[in-house]
Amino acid sequence: MSSAALETKDTVASLGEKYKYGFVTDIEMERAPKGLSEETVRYISAKKGEPDWMLEWRLGAFRRWLAMKEPKWARVHYPPIDYQDAYYYAAPKNTPKKQSLDEVDPKLLETYNKLGIPLSEQMALAGVAVDAVFDSVSVATTFKEKLNEAGVIFCPISEAIRDYPELVKKYLGTVVPVTDNFFATLNSAVFSDGTFVYVPKGVRCPMELSTYFRINASETGQFERTLIVADEGSYVSYLEGCTAPKRDENQLHAAVVELVALDDAEIKYSTVQNWYPGDENGLGGIYNFVTKRGDCRGDRSKISWTQVETGSAITWKYPSCILRGDDSIGEFYSIAIANNFQQADTGTKMIHLGRNTRSRIISKGISAGKAQNTYRGLVSVYGKAENARNFTQCDSLLIGAECGAHTVPYIESRNPSARIEHEATTSKIAEDQLFYCLQRGLGQEEAVALIVNGFCKEVLQQLPMEFAVEAQKLVGISLEGSVG
Amino acid sequence: MLDIKNLRVAVDGKEILKGLTLKVEAGRVHAIMGPNGSGKSTLSYVLAGRSGYDITEGSITYNGEDLAALAPEERAARGVFLAMQYPVEIPGVTTMMFLKSALNAQRRSRGELELDAITVLKRVRAKAAALNVSEEMLKRALNVGFSGGEKKRLEILQMALFEPSLAILDETDSGLDIDALRLVAEGVNSLRTPERAMLVITHYQRLLDYIVPDRIHVLAKGRIVAEGGKELALELEAKGYEQIVKDAA
Ligand SMILES: Nc1ncnc2c1ncn2[C@@H]1O[C@H](COP(=O)(O)OP(=O)(O)OP(=O)(O)O)[C@@H](O)[C@H]1O
Ligand SMILES: [Mg+2]
Repeated sequence: MSSAALETKDTVASLGEKYKYGFVTDIEMERAPKGLSEETVRYISAKKGEPDWMLEWRLGAFRRWLAMKEPKWARVHYPPIDYQDAYYYAAPKNTPKKQSLDEVDPKLLETYNKLGIPLSEQMALAGVAVDAVFDSVSVATTFKEKLNEAGVIFCPISEAIRDYPELVKKYLGTVVPVTDNFFATLNSAVFSDGTFVYVPKGVRCPMELSTYFRINASETGQFERTLIVADEGSYVSYLEGCTAPKRDENQLHAAVVELVALDDAEIKYSTVQNWYPGDENGLGGIYNFVTKRGDCRGDRSKISWTQVETGSAITWKYPSCILRGDDSIGEFYSIAIANNFQQADTGTKMIHLGRNTRSRIISKGISAGKAQNTYRGLVSVYGKAENARNFTQCDSLLIGAECGAHTVPYIESRNPSARIEHEATTSKIAEDQLFYCLQRGLGQEEAVALIVNGFCKEVLQQLPMEFAVEAQKLVGISLEGSVG
Repeated sequence: MLDIKNLRVAVDGKEILKGLTLKVEAGRVHAIMGPNGSGKSTLSYVLAGRSGYDITEGSITYNGEDLAALAPEERAARGVFLAMQYPVEIPGVTTMMFLKSALNAQRRSRGELELDAITVLKRVRAKAAALNVSEEMLKRALNVGFSGGEKKRLEILQMALFEPSLAILDETDSGLDIDALRLVAEGVNSLRTPERAMLVITHYQRLLDYIVPDRIHVLAKGRIVAEGGKELALELEAKGYEQIVKDAA
C-alpha cells in the first residue's frame, strides 16, 4: 500500500471522538455583508475579479431566484431558512493567489493535516491531486505540473473563469441550467468557488483528482460549483470529501456539480460526505441541498456516481445521469446512513434518451436512532430510447425501532422495448448475527460496523482503494451508540 | 476452571435450565448428552452470554470470576469459545476479514498487540490446511452459502486460531461426513492441553470414540440426570435416553 494510503489509514485509526472534524480553525476572515441582495452578488463577483459575462450570469440567476419557491416534496422537515440571516462569502484573509504551498497560511495547512489530507508529495505517491476549498476560496491545488503535462486542467473554478473563459462558457450551466431548481439557482447567483476539470481528447487522467470541502466560518453558507468535462475518449476519476465544525446553528450547503462526458469518455465521481450531522438531540448540523447531474452527451460515454453519505442534518441530493448518447451508461452507487435525528432524502434520476442506454442503481440505506432515510429515484425512458435497460436495487437496513426507511421509486417508460428491473429489501441487523460477532470477541459497535460494512460492500467496492478504507471507518463511526 | 452451581435460566419467562450443577477442571474434556430440547444449547448460550437468557438463580464461576457479570466479548477475550450448533451467515464480510477482526479484538481487549494482515493470514493458513478449509472459502462471505459441514469446520478453525481456554462445542459433529468428523476430532484433540477445558455437546457416541471424554453428563429437562465415565455413552446408545431418564427419576 502506498504511504499516503497508510497515512490515511493511520489517521482514521486514530479517530477517538465521534465527530473528529468538529474543530474550528481560528483564522481571520473576510466576509461579505450579511444577507442576500444584488449587492452581495456584485461583491462576490468583484472579489473574484470576474469578467462581466460572469457577473451578468450571476445576476440573471439571482433575479430568477427571487421569484422561486423552496421545494417541499422531500421527506425532510426543518424550520424555515432565513436567507437574509447568513453570510454568502467568507474567505481566510490574505490567502488567494498563492503560487506554491509555502505561501499558504500554516494554520490552514494544519487544518488539512488534522483532516487527514496530507497536502504533500505523499499524495503524489498515492496518485491523488487535491484541491482544497476552505469556506469560499480554493486554497491550494497540488500537482498542477504533472497534470499540465497530460494536458489536464484541474483548478479552482474562479481561476478557470479567468484563464479558460471559452471552456467555462461552453459548458457551465449546460447540465444544470441556471433555472433548474431553487437551490441550484441560488448557487448560480452566489457560488464562491469550486473545482474545474477538463480532460482533453484521448487522455486518461494520470491520477485521482480530489477536492476537500471544508466549512469553517460560522453563519456562512457554502455554495461551491464543480464542473468536470471529459472530452472524447478520456477518463477521469474524481473524489470529493466534506467536513465542517460542530456548531449549534444549522448551516446551509447548496452545491452544484455538473459533469459532461463526450463520445467514449468516462467520469467516475465519488463522494465521501461527512458534514457535521448535528448532535444526539438533533441540534445543529449542515443542511445539504445539492444538485449533482451528469450528462452522457456522447455516444458510448459513461458516468458513474458513488456516494457515501454519513453526515449532514438534512441531505437532499439526487446525483443523476442524462443518458443522451447512444449506448451510454449511467451508474449510481449509494450508501446513505442516518443516525440520531438525521434526515436523508437521496437517490438518483436516470434519464434514458439515447438508444441502448443502460443504467444501474445500487442503493444501501441505513437508519438508526430516530433518523428517517428515504430513497427517491426516477427511471425515465423516452420514446426514442430503444432497448433501454435499468436495474435498480434498493436495500434498507434498520437499527433499532424508532427509525424509518422509505423507498420511493418512480418509473416512466415511453418505449415498449425498455426493460426495467427493480428490487427492494428491508432488513434489520439480526440478533444472532450480533451475538455471533460478540462471541468471537468483537465489541458491540465494532460488530455493528462490520455487519453494516458487509451490507454496503457492493458500494464500498466502487470507491478508490485508499478511500474505501476511510469510508469503512466512517460507516462505523457514524453508527456509534446506535445499538445497546 | 468452570463451576456452575444450581443454575436456573429462563428464556422469555419460560424456565429452561432448572437447577444445573456442573464442574469442569482444567485439562478435562466433559461431554454433555441429552434428548432434543433438554437445554444443551441453552446452557452453551448462557455460558457465552447471549442476551435474552436470564439467570434467575445460581452462579457460574470461571477461573474464580463471576462469568455472568461479563459481556459476551469480554468472555471471549478471557478464552471462552462457543462453536455454535447453527453458525450464522454475515453477508458481505469475508471470512478472512472476520477472523482478523475477531482475533485482533480479543488481543486488544487482553492488552496484546494487534497482528497485521499477513501474520493473521499465515496463522489461518496453517490451521486451515489441517481442517481442509480451502483458500477460496476464506475469501467468501462468512458462512454464506457454506454447506453444513463447511460451517462446522470453520467453527473449529476459529477455535484453533483463538486458542481458547474453555471451548464449548455444540453438536459440532452433526452434519459432518466421516472424513470431516475425523479431521474435526483431530483438531479438537490437538488442542487438548493441561490448561484447557472442553465441553462437548453431542448426540452421538461416534464422536466420543474420537474425542474420548473424561466425564459424561446427561441433561434432561434442564437438569443433569446422570453422570459417568466414557462407558456411559455406550449405555446410552444401547438403552436410549428414555430409560436413563426414567432410571434417574
Ligand atoms: N426463545 C424461546 N422461547 C421459548 N422457548 C425456548 C426459546 N428458546 C429455546 N426454547 C426452548 O428451550 C428448550 C431447550 O432448547 P435447547 O435449544 O437448549 O435444546 P437442546 O438440548 O440444545 O436441543 P437439541 O438437541 O435439539 O439441539 C426447548 O424446548 C426450546 O423450545
Ligand atoms: Mg441444541
